[in-house]
Amino acid sequence: MPIHDQGYRRYGGDKVPHGRAWIVIASSGIRTFVTKRAFLGLLLLSWMPFFVRAVQIYASANLPQAAFLALTPETFRQFLEQQSIFVFFVTVYVGSGLIANDRRANALQIYLSKPLGRAEYVLGKLAVLMSFLLLVTWIPGLLLLIVQAVFAGSFAFVVDNIYLFPAITLVSFIVTATAAASMLALSSLSNSSRYVGILYAALIFFSQALFNVLRFVTGGSTIAWVSVEANLQQVGRAIFRQPLLYETPWFVSMLMIVGLIAVSGFVLERRVRGVEIVA
Amino acid sequence: MADMAPVVTLDHVTVTYASNAALRDVSVAFAPGAVGLLGPNGAGKSTMLKALLGFIVPDQGRMHVLDKDVATSPLEIRARIGYMPESDAHIPGMNAVSFVAYCGELCGLPRADAMQRAHEVLYYVGLGEARYRNIETYSTGMKQRIKLAQALVHDPDLLFLDEPTNGMDPKGRDEMLELVRDLAHRKGVNLILSSHLLPDVEYTCDHVVVMDKGTVAVAGPIAALKQPRGQVYELRVKTADSLEAFVAHLQSAGLECHATEDDVMRVFVPGDGGARRVFGLAVEAGVQVRHLRPSVPTLEDVFAHAVGER
Repeated sequence: MPIHDQGYRRYGGDKVPHGRAWIVIASSGIRTFVTKRAFLGLLLLSWMPFFVRAVQIYASANLPQAAFLALTPETFRQFLEQQSIFVFFVTVYVGSGLIANDRRANALQIYLSKPLGRAEYVLGKLAVLMSFLLLVTWIPGLLLLIVQAVFAGSFAFVVDNIYLFPAITLVSFIVTATAAASMLALSSLSNSSRYVGILYAALIFFSQALFNVLRFVTGGSTIAWVSVEANLQQVGRAIFRQPLLYETPWFVSMLMIVGLIAVSGFVLERRVRGVEIVA
Repeated sequence: MADMAPVVTLDHVTVTYASNAALRDVSVAFAPGAVGLLGPNGAGKSTMLKALLGFIVPDQGRMHVLDKDVATSPLEIRARIGYMPESDAHIPGMNAVSFVAYCGELCGLPRADAMQRAHEVLYYVGLGEARYRNIETYSTGMKQRIKLAQALVHDPDLLFLDEPTNGMDPKGRDEMLELVRDLAHRKGVNLILSSHLLPDVEYTCDHVVVMDKGTVAVAGPIAALKQPRGQVYELRVKTADSLEAFVAHLQSAGLECHATEDDVMRVFVPGDGGARRVFGLAVEAGVQVRHLRPSVPTLEDVFAHAVGER
């Protein structure tokens, strides 16, 4: 019996409306990564600072000898800054292949022949990376606040510093959006995820190295806007209402971050297409 | 079928890559059923399909697919069509059933339905036993089948098949053509088969659109196009000069002629006169006719006629 005689049936069921394909892309991407042991190990490692801080909160709340460890609003900013190393590793691990691997396998023409637009494709990929990045910044940051209230047996600290909820949220989203947008843009430029990872590392470390060299030459930190990390630190400090680390005004740093995201969006608009035309 | 509304229409469509026009003021309608999009490499077939999918925005002209404007309703159109690209294409890191189900979900199928359909279409295209293998381990022929499966999973009303038999061995090619024919003639799926292989189109399609240098050379039902407007002969000759000189002599007399082997050619004689005219021209050229047999016009003749007269 020829194989095709096993039949082809018309589909009689319902279809979900357009506009939800990004959820399919995001959930599939997330499922792919959570089955990888190495990645789960990285996630576990990224939560270690949270557990250390939780112990710190417990000790300061319950042991009079450890009262000097009591949390301040600055602790939460420091926590988010410390997480930046994990943000880097998660961004490289998850993000470098998100579009590059699709380009290598010509998957873009498969995706874009389905009822989804280019923006929806990018949103799906962005959601994969941002979900994991928020898992190492926003979620532990907010949990720390909750843990503080639980261990202290009082909401006094939380009520006195209620602005910490929006501050942690805002800083986490700015950090993750910057990392995710720039990584996706780089991922769309190449077919090799390894090469993309190197490019991203170069973007972060080279801009920081350039800042350090210029800082040494000029003797001031006005030039901090050339560094991605320095810009994120400046904006973070401004949002947490703390003294700025560098002489660059915080709004200049914010402008640089917005500019980086805008350039990333432009690159993605040019590179995510169903067909590559070489004229 | 000819009275039914076309599934795809192009109205004065021009597509240009830099200064190269890939489609030049193309106006054509694709009838329901199986339509072959035929033409040599570089004729503009793939460009036309990509423009219909919305991958390429035309410089001018309008296109309609299933009565919807490509410029204004691309998502509604893509929800109802399936596209099998020419080049290798898959989602990396997936096995066949996950890949096809994923494509179904992208098209709006609920997850359980997408998985069920994935199993069904994988059996249908002949990959049932290999459906849990990673696609990257597939042979070229299997990759062609998986591309067909992902195009079918959401049950499209119209299929775009871009060179579906590329790289397949003869047995696999026959099976793929059987599948295409089955889809078009027994399962009621409209399809446009882009190919430069005439036998593929002739075997699977009822209509044909022949393209050449970015324009439509001829279009219509294959049966009607093959109707003789003269006589076709298969001819074997012996000549002291080169065969090309005799071919040129026939062509200068208004006969269409193309060599199929070293000394064998197919000659189309328009109007009346038939074999007598061929013999007369052979005498004029001092060529011996060793064999002359009336022949049935093929799609190859239609193609040669359409492309040759341009």
